[in-house]
Amino acid sequence: MANASTQLAALADPTRREVFERLRVGEASVGELSRGLPVTRPAVSQHLRVLKEAGLVTDRAQGTRRVYRIDPHGLAAIRTWLDQFWEGALEAYAREVERSANQTDDPEGESHE
Amino acid sequence: MNRTIQPAPVRKSVVVQAPPHRAFEVFTARLGEWWPRSHHIGKSEPETFIIEPRAGGRWFERGVDGVECDVGHVLAWEPPHRLLLAWQLSADFKYVRELITEVELRFTPEGTRATRVDLEHRHLERYGELAEKVREQVGAPGGWAAILEQFARAAAQ
Repeated sequence: MANASTQLAALADPTRREVFERLRVGEASVGELSRGLPVTRPAVSQHLRVLKEAGLVTDRAQGTRRVYRIDPHGLAAIRTWLDQFWEGALEAYAREVERSANQTDDPEGESHE
Repeated sequence: MNRTIQPAPVRKSVVVQAPPHRAFEVFTARLGEWWPRSHHIGKSEPETFIIEPRAGGRWFERGVDGVECDVGHVLAWEPPHRLLLAWQLSADFKYVRELITEVELRFTPEGTRATRVDLEHRHLERYGELAEKVREQVGAPGGWAAILEQFARAAAQ
């Protein structure tokens, strides 16, 4: 199993993260994943290869096409996803602390309690 | 199956420019102002997110359609220094009563005006246990994959 830092590095690219996010709701082919993304199919294939090497997604043949999904045995995948989720959430939280402090004229930023 | 998987907890820290009691208040009372809207549980767009201010309180999302969807609940309410939440969302962002992972927040003063907020999301191995349980119950292969596939089918309808 690939380690967490490999996985985080794999998800550092925003397009790759978008591909991974889309797989969170179910498996999909390269063609389906390419739709609505501002990159070519070969680029999506390349992103999937990196995600696969990081142990985040697996693929299987379905008829003539290949479909990808988040690694079903990978607790690593959910862990990595939660890591990303909290990263974004805490950034938004810190911004809200700043924003709500600026709203008040109280220099201590403590308008009540 | 005796396989034991113990994924490391997710740990994150952020320093915010406010004393602990305000940092705690923004995290809880103002949750709806900052919680990422990109991930919601209900069918409709979220109107707000709420953490009820007491141990045993609910942690939920309220959609613009008025429907409330649970995220989890409050395990320990200790303002201004500690908050322990039960996160009960599955991999596909659905509430699962039997799934309880813990999110602990510690608010530590840093200097006189700032607070370091340490987050730990732990017991992630319970996702694996849940997958195992689901596999036993429904006899579906793949555990986690089965859950995801069910969701994909529901989403496609």
